[in-house]
Amino acid sequence: MTIAPPKTRLRGVVGESAPRADAPPKVKGEFLYGSDLSREGMLHGATLRSPHAHARIARIDVAAARAMPGVRAVLTSDDLPTREKFGLMRADQPVLATRVVRYVGEPVAIVAADDPEQARLAARAIKVEYEALSAVTDAVAALQADAPKLHDPKDGNVIEDVRVVHGDPDARADVVVEGEYEVAMQDQAALGPEAGLAIPGQDGGVTLHIATQWLHEDLRQIAPCLGLPEEKVRLVLAGVGGAFGAREDVTLQIHVCLLALATKRAVRMTYGREESFYGHVHRHPARMWYRHGATRDGRLVFVRATIVLDGGAYASSTFAVVANAACFGAGPYRVPNALIHAVGAYTNNPPTGAMRGFGAVQSCFGYEAQMDKLAAALGIDPVELRARNALENGDRIITDQPIEGSAPVAEVIRRCAALPLPPRRSSNDPLELPGGAGNLTHGEGVKRGVGFAVGLKNVCYSHAFDDFSTARVRVERDQGGVVARVHTAASEVGQGIVLVCEQIARTELGVQRVIVETPDTTIGSAGSSSASRQTWMTGGAVLAACREVKAELAKRARGRRLEDVDVAELLGTPVERVVTHRHRPTEKRNDTTQNDGHVAFLFAAHRAVVDVDVDTGLVKVVQIATAQDVGKAINPLAVIGQLEGGIAQGLGLAVMEEVQLKDGAVRNASFTDYLLPTMLDMPPVVCDLIEFPHPDAPYGAKGVGEPPTISSTPAIVAAIRAATGRALERVPVRPDDIVFGTSSRSGWRVVAGDDPRGAERVR
Amino acid sequence: MRLRLQVNGTEREAEAREHESLLTVLRERLGLWGSKNACEQGECGSCSVLMDGDLVCACLVLAGAAEGRDVRTVEDLAAGEHLHPVQRAFVDAGAVQCGFCTPGFIVATAALLRDNPEPSDAEIREALSGNICRCTGYGKILEAVHRSAAQGYTS
Ligand code: FES
Ligand code: FES
Repeated sequence: MTIAPPKTRLRGVVGESAPRADAPPKVKGEFLYGSDLSREGMLHGATLRSPHAHARIARIDVAAARAMPGVRAVLTSDDLPTREKFGLMRADQPVLATRVVRYVGEPVAIVAADDPEQARLAARAIKVEYEALSAVTDAVAALQADAPKLHDPKDGNVIEDVRVVHGDPDARADVVVEGEYEVAMQDQAALGPEAGLAIPGQDGGVTLHIATQWLHEDLRQIAPCLGLPEEKVRLVLAGVGGAFGAREDVTLQIHVCLLALATKRAVRMTYGREESFYGHVHRHPARMWYRHGATRDGRLVFVRATIVLDGGAYASSTFAVVANAACFGAGPYRVPNALIHAVGAYTNNPPTGAMRGFGAVQSCFGYEAQMDKLAAALGIDPVELRARNALENGDRIITDQPIEGSAPVAEVIRRCAALPLPPRRSSNDPLELPGGAGNLTHGEGVKRGVGFAVGLKNVCYSHAFDDFSTARVRVERDQGGVVARVHTAASEVGQGIVLVCEQIARTELGVQRVIVETPDTTIGSAGSSSASRQTWMTGGAVLAACREVKAELAKRARGRRLEDVDVAELLGTPVERVVTHRHRPTEKRNDTTQNDGHVAFLFAAHRAVVDVDVDTGLVKVVQIATAQDVGKAINPLAVIGQLEGGIAQGLGLAVMEEVQLKDGAVRNASFTDYLLPTMLDMPPVVCDLIEFPHPDAPYGAKGVGEPPTISSTPAIVAAIRAATGRALERVPVRPDDIVFGTSSRSGWRVVAGDDPRGAERVR
Repeated sequence: MRLRLQVNGTEREAEAREHESLLTVLRERLGLWGSKNACEQGECGSCSVLMDGDLVCACLVLAGAAEGRDVRTVEDLAAGEHLHPVQRAFVDAGAVQCGFCTPGFIVATAALLRDNPEPSDAEIREALSGNICRCTGYGKILEAVHRSAAQGYTS
């Protein structure tokens, strides 16, 4: 028997702020993203898109385009191998528009040419004759009987309709407040453009290297549209330059494969920034009518709301967004009676879908504004009002589901409120003031305000979705010694799932060298990198696979403790285990949404401090404090990175970011006109990570990605309200809203909780 | 047109179109994929390179204007496995998530510290405000810049 070498302490185990293995290639510029892929002799794809929000296609003439130099293929809907449609949750979207276009930017034809320029010019040379149809670009109008219908006329433009009916929604309360709120369209604005490289195979199939959030879901949608069995379509994850929900839907995947199959050549497609604004789904804009009632001592009695979400021309993930907006529409509070009616509508706007915190972001802006109104009406401190109503373990949310495992709502509120405030402004240096180097004020009209908000959301997929992840863990010996290889299909989009897998494997197996392999479709699905679910699901799968590997090693150690043996000695043959991990089952949604539809819940609180120049309407966010329920921080540094990054996106939605639409067309499809927070806009963030482990999650680690975007936005707006006294019922808050108190009413009268199909136009 | 320029200390030649950008030349013609293409409008800094020592957005420089110039990209910084101090600091501080903005930030930070070895928070924010990061919220990037400054990065 060999003597085990003295064990050195493992570096980079669970709970440590280990650096990412993919960081060195990223800082060196060696890490290849989708748009960096190339093949000798590859072609380049381009897309022709609709200039109309709604029109019939009378004729398409591709002759001129086909005759252009370097052009290898021009495809319209007539050239498609099948009539299959695609879509994340409902297959309602044609691969290329057939007869009708339903939004500005809808793909009509695709081209492959020797170079990108030739491809773009050829796409432009395609002549399409359109006959304009009447378009509907207001989601509430789309739900009325007289609206033009986009799809099946029977569905009346309703994509999804969710009612949550809890207790007695007609209960009476001492104090009642109400309001109408709006959330505008936000763009995920991942820096990496949509990009993929398709390589035709010998077998008539195709290999697609793609930047995506969910390889297997792409595969499920791509293969039928190519007329191929799934075995002939192979997906490999390319480097992903951020996602935030925008890569959950198919964009160019099918197009680039079609072009590769048609030309029998490798084809790369990359969207430019303008095209990216048209090419991917955005956050659903929302109109919300809320009514809250409470007792005089500040206990919530009821919450009623009607929420209309603009789904755009195709359904995408609208079903889940509507369900989230409704289920979490009363916030992380004990609410005995509720009626929330949320509807997602088809319109002729660009399609909307997933974006970080989807559904929960929209309703949080509404209910948190209401909580502040209620606090004012009751004369109770807003933080105290929230704490008094905070959900506790065992309490039921408005879907009647008890919260089990961990529900530290009062804790996140208390600890967030206790974080140190920033110092008083000490100078009138313009750099420190709203407007910054623009030198717009010397501090005369600058007012400080503090705002607070709390939010909740589900983690993982809900409502009986078969949510699982598969992991293969292999421990073997090579020249470098013992190595553990972890293979999953989980998309690393920047969030750090590579770290989570690596740290879990290292901790479980006691092996320092862990290699996380490139995700692809040769292994089972890992589900999407969304819904804050990868740590729970793929982390859980890796953990389970590691434990099986360990059991085999223990068997090979024949009674000796693994700590006392040289593991290398046990690896005459490698040990490999593949495990598919599922979370506990959830229930299907019923008519009143009263059931256990969710796996678990995430909570966070945010406090914002802002300086507002009331003369110019400019806002400087001075500090954000946050306490977040994370269960367990597998890598605290990476968790803080998620918190800070999510807060930046929440800040963007609060005061900067809006996809501006005019008659269904995006008016600001560039980073010149769509403003993103820069280093000058982002204040210091003070974080408190609250670790109450969840019994069902790996090491108790809940997801962390979404909560930072949920309550940061309403906290900032609350702070601006506190500074200015303005009502501010819409995000993003614009300078005019502050200076002139501009209101942004929808023009529809809706009684909170009522069906928006009965809305009346306000004259 | 035929273009001759110095890239990372080496004489390079490339065939390029008249109106092509330096970024396209670097990426598509010379295979230097480190400089990124997030906006190609001069708004995000992900394509930052040094041209004759000046920090520029490669997407805004016409290929022709780079003729005969000395261009330094992110690929010039590390010596094999040995990371440049700014790169090391970004790795250690947790300033890298998706990493798409990272090459631009690294080049811009190296240029900042060359000119101002001990920048204040305000100076860093100002100097890097042309670089967008969508993932990190900038907190760890700020920390990475301070760390590299503390390590006495000067060259
Ligand atoms: S790609 Fe050059 S500044 Fe954005
Ligand atoms: S790390 Fe993703 S954009 Fe900065």
